[in-house]
Amino acid sequence: MKELICIVCPRGCHLTIDDNNNVTGNMCPRGKQYALNEITNPTRMVTSTVKVDSKLFKRLPVITSKEVSKSKMFEVVKALDGIVVKPPVYLHDVIIKDVCGLGVDIIATRTILE
Amino acid sequence: MKTYDLVIIGGGSAGLAAALEAKKEGVDNLIILEKEPYLGGILQQCIHNGFGLVQFKEQLSGPEYAQRYIDLVNENHIPYLLETMVYEITKDKEIYYTNKQDGVCCIKARAIIMATGCIERTAGAIQLEGARVSGIMTAGLAQKYMNIEGYMVGKKVFILGSGDIGLIMARRCMLEGAKVLGVAEIMPYSNGLNRNIVQCLNDFDIPLYLSHTVKKVVGKDRVEKIIIAKVDDKMNYIPGSEKEFDCDTLILSVGLIPYNPLLEKLNIALNPKTKGVNVNQDYESEFEGIFSCGNSLHVHDLVDYVSKEATLAAKGAVKYLKNNKQEEKVYKTVAGRGINYVLPQQFSYQKDSKIDFKFRVSKPFKACSIVIKNNDSVVRIIKKLYLLPAEMEIISLDMNAITNPSDLVFEIKEDF
Amino acid sequence: MTYDVIIIGAGVVGASIARELAKYKIKVAVLEKDNDVGNETSNANSAIIHSGYDPECGSLKAKLNVLGNAMFDTLCKELDVKFKRIGSITLALDDNDVKTLKELQIRATKNGVETSILSREELLKIEPHISNNVKAGLLANTAGIIDPFNFCVHLMENAVDNGVELYLNTKVVKIVKENDTFIINDKFKAKMVINCAGLFSDEINEMINPKSFEIIPRKGEYLVLDHFDDDFVKHTLFLVPSIKGKGVLISPTSSNNYLIGPSAEVCLKDDKDTDKMTIEQIKKTAMLMVDNIPFNQVIHTFAGIRPTPANHDFIIEEIKTKNFINVAGIESPGFVSSPAIAKMVVEDFIINRYHYELKKDFNPYVRPYLHINELPFEKRKEIVDRNKDYGEIICKCEKVSKGEIIDCLNRSVPPHSIKALKKRLRVGFGKCQGGMCQSYALHILANYYHKDINEIPYDSLDSYILLDELKGAKD
Repeated sequence: MKELICIVCPRGCHLTIDDNNNVTGNMCPRGKQYALNEITNPTRMVTSTVKVDSKLFKRLPVITSKEVSKSKMFEVVKALDGIVVKPPVYLHDVIIKDVCGLGVDIIATRTILE
Repeated sequence: MKTYDLVIIGGGSAGLAAALEAKKEGVDNLIILEKEPYLGGILQQCIHNGFGLVQFKEQLSGPEYAQRYIDLVNENHIPYLLETMVYEITKDKEIYYTNKQDGVCCIKARAIIMATGCIERTAGAIQLEGARVSGIMTAGLAQKYMNIEGYMVGKKVFILGSGDIGLIMARRCMLEGAKVLGVAEIMPYSNGLNRNIVQCLNDFDIPLYLSHTVKKVVGKDRVEKIIIAKVDDKMNYIPGSEKEFDCDTLILSVGLIPYNPLLEKLNIALNPKTKGVNVNQDYESEFEGIFSCGNSLHVHDLVDYVSKEATLAAKGAVKYLKNNKQEEKVYKTVAGRGINYVLPQQFSYQKDSKIDFKFRVSKPFKACSIVIKNNDSVVRIIKKLYLLPAEMEIISLDMNAITNPSDLVFEIKEDF
Repeated sequence: MTYDVIIIGAGVVGASIARELAKYKIKVAVLEKDNDVGNETSNANSAIIHSGYDPECGSLKAKLNVLGNAMFDTLCKELDVKFKRIGSITLALDDNDVKTLKELQIRATKNGVETSILSREELLKIEPHISNNVKAGLLANTAGIIDPFNFCVHLMENAVDNGVELYLNTKVVKIVKENDTFIINDKFKAKMVINCAGLFSDEINEMINPKSFEIIPRKGEYLVLDHFDDDFVKHTLFLVPSIKGKGVLISPTSSNNYLIGPSAEVCLKDDKDTDKMTIEQIKKTAMLMVDNIPFNQVIHTFAGIRPTPANHDFIIEEIKTKNFINVAGIESPGFVSSPAIAKMVVEDFIINRYHYELKKDFNPYVRPYLHINELPFEKRKEIVDRNKDYGEIICKCEKVSKGEIIDCLNRSVPPHSIKALKKRLRVGFGKCQGGMCQSYALHILANYYHKDINEIPYDSLDSYILLDELKGAKD
């Protein structure tokens, strides 16, 4: 059995999922779907920064191009170790292709020209 | 003295949106003055995603959201000055600023939009108990150190306050290898969005201590330990409820306050609830031609609403510049039972117009009604399954629904 | 390293003595345990230049307070320190207090301090916010407010400019005397040692002497209010004294903030904790004096520790060991007394004994400080046009420019920490308490000292602010 707070809407239903994947506590069907996703394959976007060799900025903010499995978050952030980006870098430039073999890229979320 | 039709003070989310709207409405002689070396304000350090759902129907990170507006500002050739500090304004709308390029300048504006954002409440403001040592920092400063400067702020971190930036920083610290030992919130409910409680705390098994606060900071040079305690409904410590945490850092996420030093110097009245100025539906302050929007008017939970509000303030400024303002009778809005504040604080009645009224509840409500009253007759009732102080409510009210204009009272009725 | 005189402690007393000695042809060093001067009692007190009506007649406190008070106009002009004689008013809340006011006035006259007793009506004309409780008040016009941080810093700066050597982060752990020479920490040699170690002066004394006095640390907590109304309170307001000292005061500060406090509790020497109960008690007491104090304007709370001597008078003496002078127990009114203490110590114990000559080239002035935000537009423009650093505002709340910070760094007692910078220029002193400017301040300090920003401490060398750079940095 697992307890969750639904984040589909601000109501924040407290959901309970039993061992047979029965969901209770949800006020709408979206809550059930959320709970099932969270129990089978929860995924998250990961954001972090990498070093940038720029006159004005020290860090380039980055994001995963898609959600990655929640259990891989630390691995993805670790993969950014040692990366140094040289400007110019443009919004949504790919910084790491297929990070950790997850089929997801790390992309820039800021334009840094020099 | 150089004269502008419109000067926008602050180049963050509010200032950028206001400038774009004014330009769209035909104001060409305008300028944005920004104190930091970049546009976008605090968004540039908010590298997490979740911005833009209302404005762009997609999830963006802070810098991405800012970049969309910055690109438009550049495409529209809206002038701006960076690292430019406005140190004084007058009621006659003279603006004194200083920067490295121009030295010290005085310019004149026909209208001003104040978009100066907010600051974080500090250890001093909450009268934090215990030692004054290094390692106590506000969440926004910690965020700046990590995301802009690129430094770790601590190895073992405790967070006071469940404001969104604090929750975001809990996740950020964890992902970068620090241990976050817990979050204490003095209220019996969280002040952050549920999404952040789940994805920033629950995902990392970080405990949230509701009705708890930091009773003491211990340390000689740097934070060494903190002691938290449970509080009763009068905010007094409950004896025996203390818990100790060995940590090197205490991050504070205990609220934001609109930052209005320029207007305060003119002795403008600040609203005791919002800590911003009072405005009408055009977002004009009590000083003619001086408008206020975004977090310097009242603290928002979503940047999307800041952008929207700035657009309205820009429309108001344009109307003022076109001299379309007529003398109209002014009515007040009143925050009744269960309501913390209502914005705008005053409005004038115009037929066939709509006004967005914004408010926050003073505590969480379940199954309730928002009641809007006018001279004791009910103008509108809206049923709600839930209302949270962390989430601003917006109600668009058709003025034609009001037959006999008077002050409007907003209140919450717990009914079904 | 051999000196004629070594001063232990760079608080207001040590700094005053150093500056007084700098007038003579004499080699002087100051040893300070902290990472800055004036960092203990001198940086956490009421910042009041008391008139001197209060101390017991005939005490050292009474004599040195009154003498010291008169010296501040010249001193603050020479040292470019903010000082205003705003006057103090001691308020009476009942008939008993009114009686005490009359006794105090008699004492004032004996101490040589001019005072007048004002009725409630007269008080209301000059302090319209006093509470309904107030019956009468004792006005002392010679009382003033000072910038306590810069008084210490500029004293030491002027001393160093005139040849005194300052050693920060140098805690005295050992004193021996061989023949006529004192050897401190096996390193510093001197003919004479002046113990100005404040809270720790008893411990320093006992390194070379038998125990002769005891310092009882007494904590005082304070609240600082933001600038909100320059006329809210115009004088330093006290309540009629209680046995615990002068009790709570509410006063404008030299920087147009308001200071409320202190409490008075015996504590440990390193206990600078603030606590809610005490702060609430201070607020309550302050409300007896003034109505509608906007406590929502509180930007900071802090505690300072007074070095109270067990006998309650200043200890200025040479006991068993010749040429080892204790200047201890300098609690309130210590700040105001410090210039007179310095004169007394230097003349009575040093000059009368060794007849050092006055320097001909002693320069009593510090290089003037520029406060860009206090200048009129045209003057400000002229300065920024000459040096663009004065156009770059670092502290947005207190409007301090990069130029002012760089000027400060190029002085003889420069800031090495964020707190030292805050004390000197008010960077981070305002509403946001450094939230907006601390990172910029770190960069300026780091750049000046050729360090990384994570090497700049908040205060002491161990009070780091930042840890390592995030990943990707080492390459």
